[in-house]
Amino acid sequence: MRILSLAGRRLAASIPTLFLILIGVFLLLQLAPGDTVDALMAQMGGGDAATAQQLRKFYGLDLSVPAQLGNYLWHLVRLDLGFSSIYGKPVATVILERLPPTILLMTASLSFAFFFGLVFGVVAARGVNRWPDTLISTLGLIFYATPSFWFGLMAIVVFSVYLQWLPSGGFQDIGTVQTGIRGVLDIAAHLVLPTLTLGLIFLAIYLRIMRASMLEVLNLDFVRTARAKGLDETHVVTRHVLRNALLPMVTLIGLQAGTMLGGSVVVESVFSLPGLGRLAYESVVQRDLNTLLGIVFVSALLVIVVNFVVDLLYARLDPRIAAEG
Amino acid sequence: MDLSRLEINRRTALLTSAAIAANVINPMRAFAQETPRKGGVFNVHYGAEQRQLNPSIQASTGVYIIGGKIQENLVDLDANGQPVGVLAESWEATPDGKTVTFKLRKGITWHDGKPFTSEDVAFTAMNMWKKILNYGSTLQLFLTAVDTPDPQTAIFRYERPMPLNLLLRALPDLGYVSAKHLYESGDIRQNPTNLAPVGTGPFKFVKYERGQYIIADRNPDYWRPNAPYLDRIVWKVITDRAAAAAQMEAGELHYSPFSGLTISDMARLGKDKRFIVQTKGNEGNARTNTIEFNFRRKELSDIRVRRAIAHAINVPFFIENFLGDFAKLGTGPIPSTSTDFYPGPNTPQYPYDKAKAVALLDEAGFKATGGNRFALKLLPAPWGEDISLWSTFIQQSLGEVGIQVDIVRNDGGGFLKQVYDDHAFDLATGWHQYRNDPAVSTTVWYRSGQPKGAPWTNQWGWEDKTVDKTIDDAATEVDPAKRKALYADFVKEVNTELPVWMPIEQIFVTVITAKARNHSNTPRWGSASWHDLWLSA
Repeated sequence: MRILSLAGRRLAASIPTLFLILIGVFLLLQLAPGDTVDALMAQMGGGDAATAQQLRKFYGLDLSVPAQLGNYLWHLVRLDLGFSSIYGKPVATVILERLPPTILLMTASLSFAFFFGLVFGVVAARGVNRWPDTLISTLGLIFYATPSFWFGLMAIVVFSVYLQWLPSGGFQDIGTVQTGIRGVLDIAAHLVLPTLTLGLIFLAIYLRIMRASMLEVLNLDFVRTARAKGLDETHVVTRHVLRNALLPMVTLIGLQAGTMLGGSVVVESVFSLPGLGRLAYESVVQRDLNTLLGIVFVSALLVIVVNFVVDLLYARLDPRIAAEG
Repeated sequence: MDLSRLEINRRTALLTSAAIAANVINPMRAFAQETPRKGGVFNVHYGAEQRQLNPSIQASTGVYIIGGKIQENLVDLDANGQPVGVLAESWEATPDGKTVTFKLRKGITWHDGKPFTSEDVAFTAMNMWKKILNYGSTLQLFLTAVDTPDPQTAIFRYERPMPLNLLLRALPDLGYVSAKHLYESGDIRQNPTNLAPVGTGPFKFVKYERGQYIIADRNPDYWRPNAPYLDRIVWKVITDRAAAAAQMEAGELHYSPFSGLTISDMARLGKDKRFIVQTKGNEGNARTNTIEFNFRRKELSDIRVRRAIAHAINVPFFIENFLGDFAKLGTGPIPSTSTDFYPGPNTPQYPYDKAKAVALLDEAGFKATGGNRFALKLLPAPWGEDISLWSTFIQQSLGEVGIQVDIVRNDGGGFLKQVYDDHAFDLATGWHQYRNDPAVSTTVWYRSGQPKGAPWTNQWGWEDKTVDKTIDDAATEVDPAKRKALYADFVKEVNTELPVWMPIEQIFVTVITAKARNHSNTPRWGSASWHDLWLSA
């Protein structure tokens, strides 16, 4: 019951924020030169002025900006995200179609980064300033400094072009559409390279954070006490240090779940995945306002949900936080 | 048509194609005569998804590359660039040029089994080409009616003379027919058939998964005997050019059309035996790189300044070092690939001459104070790598003669709005697309009186009565020889006045697997129906 009321309060507090964000994005996009008809003209390779006028009417762009904004908000209140001008169907449908690849990719690479970041962070902290630490920190720095599109392209060249182990792009095999367990395996095979590409950069951040917070916690009094009690080192690390060192990691995940949606544009383009990042990019270039606002709306909701879950996790990891909250 | 003239046309066409063949990076391999193999899946790179797939309402290569295999046009171009009937079997114009009669092929059915008749042609012409299709609405402006005395005859009636050779060169792009029974009710733009096209072509639409792929399968009832050879075509949506090149190498793509890869990848794959990289097959999609001058700037309204800018830029150097074999020196708005209208290189040209540029600028009264004469804002279009390189080259070249250039980059919509609607530019640079006849999309760059906001038209604040008259006369001249002469005058006039400079000529580059046969055999092959394309084992 407490959780439900907390969730309710959180949601109520986020609604005004959500509206402000949407209005802000709407107005910001008005500042960009050109509208969706200009973008369509660019794509068609030209057309006469009469056609452009017809199209503006067709897309509802003949109204004034406040009228357009009012229309949009009025639809939104009735939970209608409007109509996409690039796709010619409701924005909600377009986003729902694009959500699965993005969420799969996001969960897979965040889990990958979190798990290996944790393991490598602990190993590095345990061997601080000795060779495992140096090796891991150097690798982390390299992953962090390498642009993801380059990683992605190199992964394609090595694993798809030369070794031919994995498909070079797409979400599933087009020739023979698989079902059941084979379908799952097919999608998994397509997601290996994108997950690694996206995950490696986050891995680098996580392992640095984990290493630092491990080192900090290892020097605290209660660790000395635990050691004085005669506990063995593994026990000290897993039971006493790790749990406390995890807090900054969990915070970071909450923050990054939001950026991950936008941050995957590059990876989605390189691997031709039909995800939300590419949809957002396309809607900006095509000035498809409704779709873009829809994506902002969904991303904002997602961030709110993830942050809520993170708060619950805090309480689980550190009971003091729940007692005070 | 006069036979001797036709001969000359053919010869020039052959010479041009020989010149283009010499331009090819990978020399055409000599094939022994092989028997065509049936079957196979052909995977095509699709770089930019469009909002719909029906070529009757949108004229662009992004639609033809898919819709052109599913729907067919009345007329297409043959290997020599001459009109050849597809849905139309023959055609005839009255001497006054106001009536054109098309005889249609018998026994053709739509993919849904309904018969194709002249009613479909009349409906498409009046409701799509004339009202919705970009460039079509200009071409068919004076079309008053299409009569259908019988199912195999469509008579086009015009208010003003329509030159037959203009119509026949425009119809390959602007003459795709849609089925009347699928479009007659409701808003044509919102018709769901636009995303699941139904046509008469060699391939039947199967599935469109947005953001991923489009599939079309062999049409077993196709009207040409023994065609098509392929079982299936798959268009894969790949927005990243480098990723598309990797997929070509991994064998997951067979064909990347219309310069879809980066310049360096195209050059690299050209050295690989598994691929053919060439411009042949795209001659019908020639384009020129431009410099567009805004006459609202007093410096640029001075002809000496425009000429000085042209003289200050070393175009051959740029082509050799940045574009390589994929481009050549241009001579004006009508490219050399246009065998019917190219006036030759003997029109006013502006070769690189820095001293002359400096002298012209001094003479115009723009002295260099502290190294700088004046500053200009240059807006490059975001369509291609070459434009970006070209804009930087312009900036550096003009810097050397004391003109400071600030580059302002925009995305597609932003570029069109700022240049052609807001006129917020001093110099702009992009592509001019030549569509087989200057009246289709070339003369609008120079004719005055273009409505504000119409992209790729004269928005320079420049008007010349002589040029306007030449353009108008040529558009309604029915004698082909006189038309050609009028367009030669037009090129001379605009090259003298230089409201837009078009110094580089490019043809799109095709990257295709060496296993493909019967590819690139027409000047607009990327857009063609691929009924004879096959893959060797």
